[in-house]
Amino acid sequence: MSTTRPVKTMAEPWDALAPAGSRVLAQRAPTPIVPRGSIAGRSLTAVVAIMTFLAAVTAGAVMMVVRSASDWQSAVGREVTIQVRPVSGHDIEADVRTALAVARGTAGIAEVRAYTKQESEQLVEPWLGSGLSLSDLPIPRMIVVKLASGAAPDFAGLRAALATRVPSASLDDHRGWIDRMRDMAETAVIVGIAILSLVVVVTVLSVTFATRGAMATNRPIVEVLHYVGATDGFVAGQFQRHFLLLGFKGGAIGGGIAIVLFGILEAANAWISGTAGGEEATALFGAFSVGAAGYLAILTLIVVMAVVTALTSRRIVNQTLESFD
Amino acid sequence: MIRFENVGLRYGLGPEILRDLSFRIDGHSFQFLTGPSGAGKTSLLRMLFLSLRPTRGLISMFDYDTATLSKDDRASLRRRIGIVFQDFRLLDHLTTYENVALPLRVLGKEEATYRAEVAELLHWVGLGERMSALPPVLSGGEKQRAAIARAVIARPQLLLADEPTGNVDPNLGQRLLRLFIELNKSGTSVVIATHDIALMDEYDARRLVLHEGRLHVYD
Repeated sequence: MSTTRPVKTMAEPWDALAPAGSRVLAQRAPTPIVPRGSIAGRSLTAVVAIMTFLAAVTAGAVMMVVRSASDWQSAVGREVTIQVRPVSGHDIEADVRTALAVARGTAGIAEVRAYTKQESEQLVEPWLGSGLSLSDLPIPRMIVVKLASGAAPDFAGLRAALATRVPSASLDDHRGWIDRMRDMAETAVIVGIAILSLVVVVTVLSVTFATRGAMATNRPIVEVLHYVGATDGFVAGQFQRHFLLLGFKGGAIGGGIAIVLFGILEAANAWISGTAGGEEATALFGAFSVGAAGYLAILTLIVVMAVVTALTSRRIVNQTLESFD
Repeated sequence: MIRFENVGLRYGLGPEILRDLSFRIDGHSFQFLTGPSGAGKTSLLRMLFLSLRPTRGLISMFDYDTATLSKDDRASLRRRIGIVFQDFRLLDHLTTYENVALPLRVLGKEEATYRAEVAELLHWVGLGERMSALPPVLSGGEKQRAAIARAVIARPQLLLADEPTGNVDPNLGQRLLRLFIELNKSGTSVVIATHDIALMDEYDARRLVLHEGRLHVYD
């Protein structure tokens, strides 16, 4: 366009109204085109913060369960047990020795140890009480077989050899426990994914309502932007910037609280780890630690929540702008 | 520059409120658009500003058939047109300076590149001392001048004004008319929609008169 605005050459009808020497304009950051206050900022920040916290706690809890289950599995999976039952007419000590020999002769076994009679009696003490004479009771004897690292012993062969040479012995490779623990860990992951999906859905819905409200409130601004030649992309960007910041703020608050919570739990766990109660808690619930991967997952969640917030708002803004035309 | 051929407009299933409009707006031209209240002046301005589509006929703007334009294309064409509304449409949370600079900001220009230009234009329209003021504290005349400044800051080829003197006293109305005349002399085509006969008598220009849905052109 060749038109030039003759600001300097034409007569200036407003000279009488414009005092001289007033051409100094203070430099300052430009005001946002969409006012921050016109968006339900605080309530939406709180919703995003709560959702991020719930998502982070869910992710952390699932990771703790998976880690503990994995620890239990590897601990339990590294050993098998041979149980030798007392049978009348049989010398149980001889049966134990035979079972020990069979186990030691199997490839992939690192260590074999039989519980003594006293140790076996101590195992049933919690149920029968102490101070009783248990020597007359037919208490089975346990043989703990530790597997060599990385080895895959032939349990079928061991079971068959025991059945032939020590009929009163049975082999327990804890397969049932491991399968149950794996099922539990998988269930925890599925429940966690379901909760995370619900959290994302609730966040999307909340942002959708907030964006629609913001668009309705700011419709006059959107119209003026269109009148001065703004594209839909420019208008959407004005709203998206707000929602992206808001999402980051909410995500950082919620995720930050979750990180602090897990940090406190970890510190408390470390503090009580030497005590009897601490050991029991650790044995039952694991190490109360989400680990570096857990904290990384929470930081990722913060970014994900901010991006979900921004993308949702952009989609709603674009939809609304289409209806404005 | 702009060509209407047999353009008709109706809202919904109602009667046709504008019929068989055929006219041209040439570059560097000045015209008044007039007619009684309810004659369709604002509707015609909205079609000129691409915010309303005709129900029939052809509108060609800057050699583009407006019926085939995408949304972004329409936004590009709007940048070549400035519009002044009767109710100003200034954004109350932006300062006068920021309101006037809005078309340049929308173009993605850096503030440093247009600061002096906007300040100079604001001085030219007599708002040099009101740059940091928010619209709610401006008088009607000041708002009108800010709206005009916003309409011309991006150097449009066509300036549309809807009842620009409707909210100001006759003296200020004459001053605003002088401003439009100066802008036209600088090369901008001007269309002023008004039913203010006294204002039109102030300047001998082409008149587009809407009456009973039809347009009569008096060159």
